[in-house]
Amino acid sequence: MSNLMSGSKILLECLVREGVDCMFGYPGGVTLPFYDAMYDHPLRHVLVRHEENACFAAEGYARSTGKVGVCCATSGPGATNLTTGLVDAMMDSIPIVALTGQVSTKLIGSDAFQEADTFGITRSCTKHNYLVKTLNDLPQIIHEAFYIASTGRPGPVLVDVPKDVFQAQGHYAPVNAIHLPGYKVHTDGHAGQIRRAAHMMWEAKRPFIYAGGGVIASEASLELTQLVETLDAPAVCTLMGLGALSSEHPNFISMPGMHGSYAANMGMTHTDLIIALGVRFDDRVTGRLAAFAPHAKVIHVDIDPAEIGKNRAADLPIVGDVKRVLSKLNKILLELAPAHAPIHADSRKAWWNQVREWKEEHPLTPEISTSEIKPQHLMREIDRISGGKAVVTADVGQHQMWAAQFIRFNSPRLWINSGGLGAMGFGLPSAIGAQFANPDKLVFSISGDGGFQMSLPELATIASYGLPIKIIVMNNGYLGMVRQWQELFYNNRLNAVTLDCFPDAEKLAGAYGFKGRTIESPADLTPALQEAVKEPGPYLLNVKVTPFENVFPMVPAGGAINEMVLGESTQPMAAAK
Amino acid sequence: MLQVISLLVENKPGALMRITGLLSARAYNIESLTVARTTDPELSRMTIVVDVEPHLRKQVIKQMNRLINVLQVADLTDSPSVARELILMRVRAPMESRPAVLKEAEIFGARVIDSSLEGFALEATGDSEKLDEFIDVMRSYGEIEVTRSGTVAVMMEARRLRLSSPVPTKNATNPQTTIDNGVLNA
Repeated sequence: MSNLMSGSKILLECLVREGVDCMFGYPGGVTLPFYDAMYDHPLRHVLVRHEENACFAAEGYARSTGKVGVCCATSGPGATNLTTGLVDAMMDSIPIVALTGQVSTKLIGSDAFQEADTFGITRSCTKHNYLVKTLNDLPQIIHEAFYIASTGRPGPVLVDVPKDVFQAQGHYAPVNAIHLPGYKVHTDGHAGQIRRAAHMMWEAKRPFIYAGGGVIASEASLELTQLVETLDAPAVCTLMGLGALSSEHPNFISMPGMHGSYAANMGMTHTDLIIALGVRFDDRVTGRLAAFAPHAKVIHVDIDPAEIGKNRAADLPIVGDVKRVLSKLNKILLELAPAHAPIHADSRKAWWNQVREWKEEHPLTPEISTSEIKPQHLMREIDRISGGKAVVTADVGQHQMWAAQFIRFNSPRLWINSGGLGAMGFGLPSAIGAQFANPDKLVFSISGDGGFQMSLPELATIASYGLPIKIIVMNNGYLGMVRQWQELFYNNRLNAVTLDCFPDAEKLAGAYGFKGRTIESPADLTPALQEAVKEPGPYLLNVKVTPFENVFPMVPAGGAINEMVLGESTQPMAAAK
Repeated sequence: MLQVISLLVENKPGALMRITGLLSARAYNIESLTVARTTDPELSRMTIVVDVEPHLRKQVIKQMNRLINVLQVADLTDSPSVARELILMRVRAPMESRPAVLKEAEIFGARVIDSSLEGFALEATGDSEKLDEFIDVMRSYGEIEVTRSGTVAVMMEARRLRLSSPVPTKNATNPQTTIDNGVLNA
């Protein structure tokens, strides 16, 4: 089967074959032929207001569904604007296919109008990238791009398409196979290693499960829950892994690391076996690496061999897809249970008692005041409304940490934030993608007043498509996390962190044609949130919170994770136990 | 510490950039890099010598293995292998020192590939330390100019090349999608 088609139409055909139903983009000179072909094509194109946000929206789509998110930008500035989103997707292993236009092949290298070396620039921002030189290569490359983005450790793939390739006419023959001889996807996990892991798990007296974004990427929540229950071990989920194990599961402790709970970090410090699943021992989790989990052996399961042993040596490495590895492992654990589970049952009971004691000693409790809205109080109220079911997107900074501490996520793909890269401005556009992917779900976009203003133009996109996103601005008038560090580590010499002249939220939202409101009294918090949720369309709620609230617990940079600062009045304390 | 890495790479645009970019992104210094086609024109063989802390050597190999255009990576630093380097040298040699220059060249196994009134062009191969000595000796005779190829190495043990097999694309079994009538029939 073959018929004469333009490159643009062939590209659209390939996207349809990959199951793409929606893409986020911004047109420009060299993508004109592509947008022309889209004119009478049913594939949905969502026009955002900045290319960076096209990539963030595609990420919101991908993170909330597990499907590949697609974004599109023109050459030159369009492509360079995508790069922050690409790096973000790279850091958090999110499957994205980015399509960029390029100047015609004859003009490449001539410093033509809106020419940039997109292929060179995005080399380090992507899992792989392509420059399509002839129409013949286009279908193959598009299918390879989707395959690479979505398999193994997911990531962004960019395809740069010159204008004349969009315009060229060619016979389209569907591509039926992808052959990437050098692309190694490790999925199954070594059977012997898995069996050894099961033995180590029963031999441990103080096991501790450390689950990350890889569990969500491999859709292994069910298997993780089975593991947690078979072993009856305490479990933490990283910032990227929140929701992999339900926040309401009795074995769920919290997030570990720099702003993790006391119990999570003490557990990590005192465990004798870390069961690390789809994690990368990020510095925000481990603190000072040399002091991290000094008594623990490590079982490390990851699909990317390069993650194993990168930061912390693994006593038992298993290279494989977490879901596949855990489903085998769970079976073996159950087989071994009758003979092995009782051996250390008493030690494990004592360990659980210890972990519960830590939880009770320093629980994560929201500060609540009657005179001002504490940011933790705001998160608690959002949590109450969400009931663990809403999609919540966030930027980076104080609001992100408080949201992660106080909002429950009872299933994966609800918590969407910029984890590895820590990109401000991520929350609002990623909520757009998440809402398009989940039209019936309640979506909260939570930002600080800093990050919100970085993606302010997207209010137009939200208004234009009538997306019922509940936009919550946690407004403390500062770049809160930077201010916190200046206060704690730079003698309170606050510099370049004051965000004055925040617009009137009611007028701002009104200017875009939807409702908005500013509140500052705790009494208004619950009714205002309820009003926002009840509103069928978008709603902007600007919540003025205590300006000088700091996020605790906190592990100072370079500190060991058991050396947490617990609160304003608490001195840094080392674990004595 | 110097690590010698041998790579088999698909001869595709950007492949070299991906490898050097990976090294520079991790702030490793490249000591030398050679690349040329193999007997299969679709593939290139590279030898890279890179300055890496010993405990990071494995990580470098793993990172290179992640690259889609890389078919095989081997750390030759401690495994049985042969490494050689080629140098081309122009040495200024007035009449009175010419016999001595030729004698030294002979000792180092260098060949004269050109001769002129000014001096000689010499070619020598060997391991890098031996070539360093050769350069030092020749410099004592007068002005020289040297081009080094960088190390090329070959593994002494055959290693099986593990390649991924083709996989079907989505909808490969149902290629009936059409876009022309404006309706998706996926």
